[in-house]
Amino acid sequence: MATPTAPSRVRRQLPTSPWLFAAPGLLITGAFVLHPFVSTVVNSFTDRRTLIPGHFVGLANFRELLHDDMFWTGLRNSTLYIVGVVPALVILPLLLALLVQKNIPGITFFRSAFYTPVVASIVVVGLIWVWLLDERGLVNSLLETVGIGRVGFLSDQWLLLLSAMAVTVWKGLGYYMIIYLAALANVPRELHEAAAVDGAGPVRRFLDVTVPAVRPTMVLVAALSSVAAFKVFSEVYLMAGPSGGPAGEDTTLVMLVQRTGTGLTGRVGYASALSVVVFVVTVALMLLVLRADRKEES
Amino acid sequence: MSVLEKVRPRQEPVVRELRVTDEHGRRVRVWELVLRYALLLAVLALTVGPFLWQLSTSLKGPTEDIFGSPPEFLPSHPTLHNYERVADTIPVWDYALNSLKVASASVVTNCVGSALAGYALARLRYRGRGVATLVFVLAMLVPVEGIIIAQFTTMRELGLNNTLIGVVLPGSIGAMNVLLMRNAFRNLPYEIEEAAYVDGANVWQRFWRIALPSVKGTLAVVAIFAFMGAWDDFLWPLIVLSDPDKFTLTIGLNYLHGTFANDERLVAAGTVIAVAPLIALFACLQRYFFRGVGEGAVKG
Repeated sequence: MATPTAPSRVRRQLPTSPWLFAAPGLLITGAFVLHPFVSTVVNSFTDRRTLIPGHFVGLANFRELLHDDMFWTGLRNSTLYIVGVVPALVILPLLLALLVQKNIPGITFFRSAFYTPVVASIVVVGLIWVWLLDERGLVNSLLETVGIGRVGFLSDQWLLLLSAMAVTVWKGLGYYMIIYLAALANVPRELHEAAAVDGAGPVRRFLDVTVPAVRPTMVLVAALSSVAAFKVFSEVYLMAGPSGGPAGEDTTLVMLVQRTGTGLTGRVGYASALSVVVFVVTVALMLLVLRADRKEES
Repeated sequence: MSVLEKVRPRQEPVVRELRVTDEHGRRVRVWELVLRYALLLAVLALTVGPFLWQLSTSLKGPTEDIFGSPPEFLPSHPTLHNYERVADTIPVWDYALNSLKVASASVVTNCVGSALAGYALARLRYRGRGVATLVFVLAMLVPVEGIIIAQFTTMRELGLNNTLIGVVLPGSIGAMNVLLMRNAFRNLPYEIEEAAYVDGANVWQRFWRIALPSVKGTLAVVAIFAFMGAWDDFLWPLIVLSDPDKFTLTIGLNYLHGTFANDERLVAAGTVIAVAPLIALFACLQRYFFRGVGEGAVKG
């Protein structure tokens, strides 16, 4: 592999060109990621609105957060989302990867088919499930046919949240399956053979050979999926509606950001404070998962 | 000779039946194979079934019962009528065109921008390269959802809210794509470019003629994920677009669902229009999709 720094002979070139190469990327990133990030933090200390510049108000927005029931509802739902979605997304795609790992005839078709939900837009996926879980939809028709009766998946506050979680898991399965497949390919077969010789059955081999071997990937999946779960917006927005289900009880934190901060009367300052919370929790989650990983390893 | 001839017909069917082997070249037992296929089919029904149900609903005419119990899986008189009706209800083809514009623009800007920046980070030496790299690494760590309000106010200040340009701009050169390209360029052997330099090629020629053709695979990954990301995006266009003329497909579908929630056939037709192009793209370019997951996950 080449050394990261170029030999000095190649160094002589038009002095402006490196910056010309990097300029578009730096400009876009600066203007639409880093600058908004800084101004989010700055705005969170102001009472800025969409059409009104606003003044410095210190920690007033954050104090208001603590007394805002909707904030706590959003925080609760976004946190519940992690609890509900992450274990499923760490385990189910791994089992799925084991299922599609063997090169049996037609397996590439199955792998691709299982990936289809990942390719589809979350809006398409959300609307498909809104129809499937409708009071008169397919799932309820089937439940009625087998004699269970119809269930209000999309009218009960908790069932709605659970349904949205199920949809998130359904859409994520194929993505994490591919990540696991790459990891499984690196598990040395000698380990499996040795375990088999020792008389370990499939379950034992899974727990004693596969799981330890793909543990780093499981941590990665846990980190990725928990961050994504905490920032959930579209699934719940589509299934519970823009106002967040019955009495807004299914509102998530990002839904609250979107509802508070947009439009002509948007409270940019307060929404920015909410965004700062989203950002802090996201970073904390990453650090938490990585730390839990290190602790367990040592 | 005669022995061989006698053995062969008896052996061949058996071998063919059990030729299925696992990734280690061992034979897979028949009962295990049956179990595997049964499970695969069950998962297939779960993952692809909902799409097919949506397709089936969109093809059912107004007289067909779509709510029946037990349900009818196939339309008894398939019709494209709902697709005509969805076009009468919302300008769905205009929305599709808007989505196509946004997605194509995103492909071009991401490919050009991240290839250039990636090359600058990987191959060129200049003061401030470390800082430039850091800018992209930091940008990758910022959750979009956390800065979306500030992005919206930035767009307002630029007068680009409610335009398709405003939809494209924030994701037009993704930081992760820049870093993907940087890694791809760094993995190229240096000697080839050095030889070109000796032959008098300037930096643009080295980039365009030598480096870029060697990283086509990664560039394809960037292109596909830029297309998919822009075509599928929901939250940002929802915030930045307010004028129904400018809607992309995802926003139009959300609008259709909100306005005509009781006409499932229409919504189904709309979703099929939105998802079909991507499924076709995926069917043609699968390996790049899978490769993108691998590279993205390791870097992200």
